[in-house]
Amino acid sequence: MPDDLRARAATFGLTLEEFDDVVRKVGRQPNALEAAMFGALWSEHCGYKNSKPLLRRLPTAGPQVVQGPGENAGVVDIGEGWAVAFKMESHNHPSAVEPVQGAATGVGGILRDIFAMGARPFATLNALRFGELDQERNRYLLGGVVHGIAMYGNAIGVPTVGGEVEVNPCFAENPLVNVMALGLLRHDELQKGTVGLPGNRLFYVGSKTGRDGLGGAVFASADLSGSSSSDRPAVQVGDPFMEKLLLEACLEAYAAGLVAGVQDMGAAGLTSSVGEMAHRAGLGVDLHVDKVPTREAGMTPLEIMLSESQERMVVSAAPGKEAELLALLAKWELDAVEVATVAGHGRFKVFEHGELKADIPVAALNEPPEYVRGGVEDPRVRAARGRDLSAIPDVADPAAALLTLLASPTVASKRPIYRQFDHQVMTNTVVVPGAADAAVMRVKGTSLGVAATVDCNSRYVYLDPELGAAHAVAEAARNLSCVGALPLAVTDNLNFGNPTNPGVYYQLERAVAGLARACLALDTPVIGGNVSLYNEYAAPEGRRAIHPTPTVGMVGVMQDVDRRATAGFKRRGDAVLLVGRAAGTLGASEYLYRVHGLEAGAPPPIDLVEEAKVQAVVRGLIADGLCDTAHDTSQGGLAVALAEMALAGSAGAAGLRADLGAGAGAAELLFGEAGARVVLALAEDAVAEAMARCEAVGIQGRVIGTVEGETFELTAAGTSLVLGSEALRTAYEGTFAVALGAQGA
Amino acid sequence: MVAYPLEMRVAIVTFPGSNCDTDAVHAFEAVLGASVWTTWHTSDDLSRAGRAPDAVVIPGGFSYGDYLRCGALAARSPVMGAVRAFAAAGGPVIGICNGFQVLTEARLLPGQLVRNAELEFRCQDVHLRVERADLPFTRLARVGQVLRLPIAHAEGRYHADAATLDRLRGDGRVVFRYVDAAGEATQAANVNGSVDAIAGIVNERGNVLGMMPHPERAVEALLGDGREDGRVVLGSILNA
Repeated sequence: MPDDLRARAATFGLTLEEFDDVVRKVGRQPNALEAAMFGALWSEHCGYKNSKPLLRRLPTAGPQVVQGPGENAGVVDIGEGWAVAFKMESHNHPSAVEPVQGAATGVGGILRDIFAMGARPFATLNALRFGELDQERNRYLLGGVVHGIAMYGNAIGVPTVGGEVEVNPCFAENPLVNVMALGLLRHDELQKGTVGLPGNRLFYVGSKTGRDGLGGAVFASADLSGSSSSDRPAVQVGDPFMEKLLLEACLEAYAAGLVAGVQDMGAAGLTSSVGEMAHRAGLGVDLHVDKVPTREAGMTPLEIMLSESQERMVVSAAPGKEAELLALLAKWELDAVEVATVAGHGRFKVFEHGELKADIPVAALNEPPEYVRGGVEDPRVRAARGRDLSAIPDVADPAAALLTLLASPTVASKRPIYRQFDHQVMTNTVVVPGAADAAVMRVKGTSLGVAATVDCNSRYVYLDPELGAAHAVAEAARNLSCVGALPLAVTDNLNFGNPTNPGVYYQLERAVAGLARACLALDTPVIGGNVSLYNEYAAPEGRRAIHPTPTVGMVGVMQDVDRRATAGFKRRGDAVLLVGRAAGTLGASEYLYRVHGLEAGAPPPIDLVEEAKVQAVVRGLIADGLCDTAHDTSQGGLAVALAEMALAGSAGAAGLRADLGAGAGAAELLFGEAGARVVLALAEDAVAEAMARCEAVGIQGRVIGTVEGETFELTAAGTSLVLGSEALRTAYEGTFAVALGAQGA
Repeated sequence: MVAYPLEMRVAIVTFPGSNCDTDAVHAFEAVLGASVWTTWHTSDDLSRAGRAPDAVVIPGGFSYGDYLRCGALAARSPVMGAVRAFAAAGGPVIGICNGFQVLTEARLLPGQLVRNAELEFRCQDVHLRVERADLPFTRLARVGQVLRLPIAHAEGRYHADAATLDRLRGDGRVVFRYVDAAGEATQAANVNGSVDAIAGIVNERGNVLGMMPHPERAVEALLGDGREDGRVVLGSILNA
C-alpha cells in the first residue's frame, strides 16, 4: 500500500518531504526495500545531509594531496614515491551500548577503509571521551573500550601508537570513541572505490551476512520477517582474524593486478558500498541478493541489503581475472561470491531469484537532500563564556593545584591504557605512546618519518566553537612540529548533538568555520573525515548535546627520522627555553575546571600567523640537530608541561628550576593556557642560535630555567612551589591505574 | 654491526593470523643479512630451491585468531610436521610469543602459556636474565647477562606441573627469566606471573627454544628506547 508506506516514512529514516522527493526521483511509489535503501543512504551517517553544505567550506586541496574527500580515505604524499592514506571514524553509539564490541568494530571499520585504498594499515590512534571516572559505569565503559581496541588492534597486528582521553560529565551517557588509522602505500598502488566498467563482475568477500547491526545507519522496520526484529543484536561483533585474512588477501590481489575497484561494507552495508562504487563510476549494477552468503536462512532482501555485518568487502574484479581472484581468495579461506554485474543503465537493480525487487537511479540514491539550517547560540553558553573571572582569587597553594592537574584524567598518564595496546608490532614505531606530543613511525627503506596525532579540547569548542575548533587544528599541528614533523593534512571527526537544535547547528557551523580558518592558515587541508550527530544526554531540563567535539587527526612527515624530539628532559644542565608568548589565560582552562569547578570564560585567543612561525622555528631547530626535547603547552599550562617533561626525563635529568616571571597572577603564569608556544630543552651552546632564530621571525624566545637538581621547582610572580619527583609521579600515574583497576602503576 | 654469513638460511613459518612474520623477516634479512623466506602453513616442506633452512622461526601473532587455546590449531597444521622433523634432526627452532604457544601445543616443549596474572594484554619492555649461554640461541650472551626486550601478549604466563618444573630446572633448560634491571628475579619484575619467572625454555636436546619476549623487535637502535638486545638472540642463531 503506497499510502501506508508514506505514512511510515519515518521508519525508513525519511521525512515526509524526503519520501515525496524519493517518489519524484524514482518516478513512482517506491516499495519498502527501495524506501529503506534511500533512507539508509540519505541518513546523516552516509549522506551528510546536514553537514555537507558546511563541509564544503573546508579547504581540501594542496600539492601534497593525492586523494581528497569522497573516497574511502584521504591520501597524502610524503615523498620518495610514498603516500599515507588516513581517516578517522566514530563508533560512539555502539560503544555506549556494548563498549568492547563497539570499540573493536570501530577499529575494524576504519582499517578496512584504509586497505580499501590500496594501503597497508600501519598505525591507529584513538580519541576517547567518557564521563567522570568516580562513577562505576564510566570506568566500565573506559575499561571496555580500551579492551575492545586492544582486542582488535593487537590481534590484527596493527600498532596502536597514540591517542587522547577527555573526561567530562556530558560524555557519561554518550561516550565518544573516535579511531584514526593510517596506511602506507606507493603512489602507483592507489585503489579506488569504483565498480570499474560495464560488464565487470562484483564479488562479495569476507564474513557471511547476518542480521547484526541491521539498519545501523537507519533502522527500517517495514519489511522484517517475523522474529528478526527481536533477535537483532544492537551491535555488530568484530572478528579481527577474518579481517586479517581480508587485509592480506586484498593487498595480494591488488599487487597481482586482479582488482578494478574495491570498497568495504560499512554503514548501510551492501547498499552503500555498491551504490557508492556505482555512483563514482557513473554506472549501474544488477545485484542478485540471493547469491549473498548469509549466516541464517530466511533473510529478506531488505535485511541482506542493509545488514552491517563486519569484515566484508566488495571487489570489482579486473576483467578476465575473475578465476585468478577467486583462487587467491580461496588460498586465504575467504568466502567469495559473484553477486553483481556492472551495467551501463545507471540504475541500482536488486534481484532475488531472478525477480526484480528494487530498481532505482544510482545518482538519486547518492544525492541526498541538503539542509542549511539556522543556528543560534545557546544563551547559557554565551553567559558562561562572558563570565567575569576577575573575582576568582589567585592560587593559594600552587603545589597542590599542580598535583590536582597532573591527576586530572585529561592530563594524567595514559600508561595503564596504552600498555594494553601492542604499539610496536610492524617494527616501525620510533616514538612510542607517552614519550612525545605525537607518535612517529619510520618508513622502512627510507629516512622518512611519519608523525600522527589526534586532538580536541572540547571545553574550548563548547565555550567558543569557532575559536575552539581553530585551537584543535593549531594544537595538532604544534604536536607534530614538536616531534620535528611538517604538518601535511587533516582528517576530522565532527561529534555534535542534534543539528535540528539551533544551538547545536550554531556550534557545528562555527566549528567548521574555525577548522577552515586554521587549516588554511597552517596549510593542512582536510582530506577526509566523519560526522557523528545526535550525541546527547539527559539533563534535568531535557536532552542536552555533548560538548561539541571536532576531533582533529593530523599527519606530518619528517625527512630524517633520526632528527626528532621527544618531551622528556635528557641532560642535566640543558637550558629550558620558552618559544612564543609568555602568559596564558585562565578562561576555559583545565585549572578553572579542576580547581574551581568552573567551565567558563573565553578560550585563549589564537594568532595563527604567530603559531606558524613558532612551529617553523621549532621544526628547524630539531631538523638541524640543535634540539631534541620539545613539548607543547596545552591543558594545565606551563607548569603541567614542565612537570610532564620532568616526569618523562631520563635518569639524572628529572629535576628542574624555572622562573616563569611576573606581570600576571601566579595562577595565570603557572596554569594559564595559550596556543603558539612550545617549551624546548637544549644545550647551553645552542641557546644563542635558537634565540637568534626566534628574533629573525619576530617571535619571543626566553630562557626560563635549567634542567638541574633532583626536585621540581617553579617560581612565578613571587610564589614558588617545590615538589619531589615521587609526588609528581604518584599524582600523574595514579588516575588511570585506579580507574582501570590495574595493579602496580 | 656484526656481519653474518649471507648463506645462513632462515625459514619463517606463517599461519593465517600470524602478524610478527614480516617483523622477523625484516630483522633477519634487512637488519642481520640472512637469506630468509616464509613457509605457508599448508606446506609440509620447509626448504626452498631444494635447500633446507639452517634455522626455523615460528613468529608471533594470533594464529587462526587464537579463538581456541592459543596456538592449538597451528600446532596441528601440515607445516608443523616439517618443523617436528627439522627439530628431530637437530635443526634450531625458535618460537616467539605465539610461536612459543604453538611449540607447547605441539608438545615440542613442555608446559603451557596461560592468561597473564593481571588478565590483560601487556606491551612494554622487560628485563631478562640469560641462564644458559651455550645454546644456538644464546652463544653471543654470557650467563647472568641482563637483556632488555619488549613483550606483547595476554597469554604469556608460563605454567608447568611440579615434576616438569623440576626436570626443566635440573636439566638447566630454563634459558630466560624475568628480572629487574639489576638482574634480580623480583615479584614486580615477573610481568605476567610465570612460574619461577620463566620467560623462555629449551627442549632436552637444546635446539628448540620458546620465548615470550620479542627479540625481533629489538634489533635497531632507532625503535623504542634504542635497545638492540634482540641481536644477542637472533645473532646467536645466525652465528652457528
